[in-house]
Amino acid sequence: MSKRVALEASFATAEAARMADVDVVAAYPITPQTHVPERLAEMVANGELKAAYIPVESEHSAMSACLGAAAVGARTFTATAGQGLELMHEVVYVASSMRYPVVMAICNRALSAPLSVWCDHSDAMAVRDTGWIQVFCQNNQEAFDMTLWAFRVGEDPKVLFPVMIHFDGFTLSHVTEPMILPEQSEVDTFLPKFQYPFALNPDKPMTHGAFGLPEIYSETKIAQEVAFRKSKDVAIQGFKEFGDIFGRYYHLVESYRTEDAKTLLLTMGSFTETAKIVIDRKRDNGEMVGLVSLRLWRPFPFEEFRQAVKNAETLIVFDRCISSGGPGGPVSSEVRAALYDEKEKPRVVSFIGGLGGRDMSLSDFEYVIERGNEIAEKGSEELFETVGVRGKVTGIRG
Amino acid sequence: MADELSWRDLEVGNIVLEAGNASFRRTGDWRSERPIMDKEKCNKCGLCWLYCPDAAMKLLDDGYYEPELFYCKGCGICARVCPREAITMIEEEEK
Repeated sequence: MSKRVALEASFATAEAARMADVDVVAAYPITPQTHVPERLAEMVANGELKAAYIPVESEHSAMSACLGAAAVGARTFTATAGQGLELMHEVVYVASSMRYPVVMAICNRALSAPLSVWCDHSDAMAVRDTGWIQVFCQNNQEAFDMTLWAFRVGEDPKVLFPVMIHFDGFTLSHVTEPMILPEQSEVDTFLPKFQYPFALNPDKPMTHGAFGLPEIYSETKIAQEVAFRKSKDVAIQGFKEFGDIFGRYYHLVESYRTEDAKTLLLTMGSFTETAKIVIDRKRDNGEMVGLVSLRLWRPFPFEEFRQAVKNAETLIVFDRCISSGGPGGPVSSEVRAALYDEKEKPRVVSFIGGLGGRDMSLSDFEYVIERGNEIAEKGSEELFETVGVRGKVTGIRG
Repeated sequence: MADELSWRDLEVGNIVLEAGNASFRRTGDWRSERPIMDKEKCNKCGLCWLYCPDAAMKLLDDGYYEPELFYCKGCGICARVCPREAITMIEEEEK
């Protein structure tokens, strides 16, 4: 029997890693991720999890240790946030290029300066080109579910890519919510033992990580890119299998009350649940609004996204990150790029807010939708508008 | 060899499944200088063989050493470590 428990997302993720029977955990504590490695260290110390817990001296070392573990075929898990992910950056690329399916929980955190331990999506967006599968969670149940799914998809012989599970720092990492924990037997059915086909073994010598001369580097990167894009099929299959076993079905792009909607709001992460309440209120008020949320951020689900927004007139994209000097928030610029060649497409309006832990209330999202509709109709002098910033913002020009 | 491989021919993650195939790779054409051995001075101590970073120094049947020019990159370490100054580096263009 599955059981209903109360857990914060950090503990939920650690629990998922335990139920996935990980072999190696190498992590360095950083706010707001600290509870994840703390709980895993506790599990190993108590004998609840038979794994090697490697206490490392930095995030750079954490990911390096994870690569070594994955290279011998160990199921490998780590977690970090914000500055930690930045320090790890170099090795993050290596994991995906060497096709090691490490799973990493990211408690989304703003980047310095000014120093902030609170949530936005700057850390997640800074690694969008690293070749990791990136999935966003709206609540603690999803943080648990996506962790199991991450192992299933990343370790699939057709995939062999690392996976990041993004859940918002503090908003989810430190907030206790009711959720359902499955039976171990259900997890075992969903998640077969990891069998890495190229595990290092002295009896079968091979070379991992040879350098790439100019005559081989391009071919290597293209092979990686083609395989990475194909991983979307396994991501879909993984959600289907997950739903069949656990009863919760997920999609690459989640749609909420989008039927006949003229205006769609696009959010990612925990604010999606806040925004849904606003959508409910507006729907009850007879307004034709709906919400779409990107669950899969990499590889970008182009087809599913276009399908989800094709009937809308206006698409209001809410970013929790600034792409400095760029066309808007990272999500809005990618959304625009995804729609550019479409004949019929909604007008895209870009908002940025919720930076460095700034809260977004229901009335803030009401403002975003109302002002977004106004911009769609009359235009705006700014490339994007901000929410909750004191003082009228001008000078965001191309 | 690598020139002929299409991206479809590569192993996952560019893993090299064949052990020791670096020996097929000619690194000798990186060289701008090559070592010349003077048997008159050499006392067969083997330091050149020991220090060569590419294992390109070959032990001959008579106990002397000679560089394998297919691999030798011309770094000059052998000449520097030779206590008898029996190895001289000369420009590739020189005969």
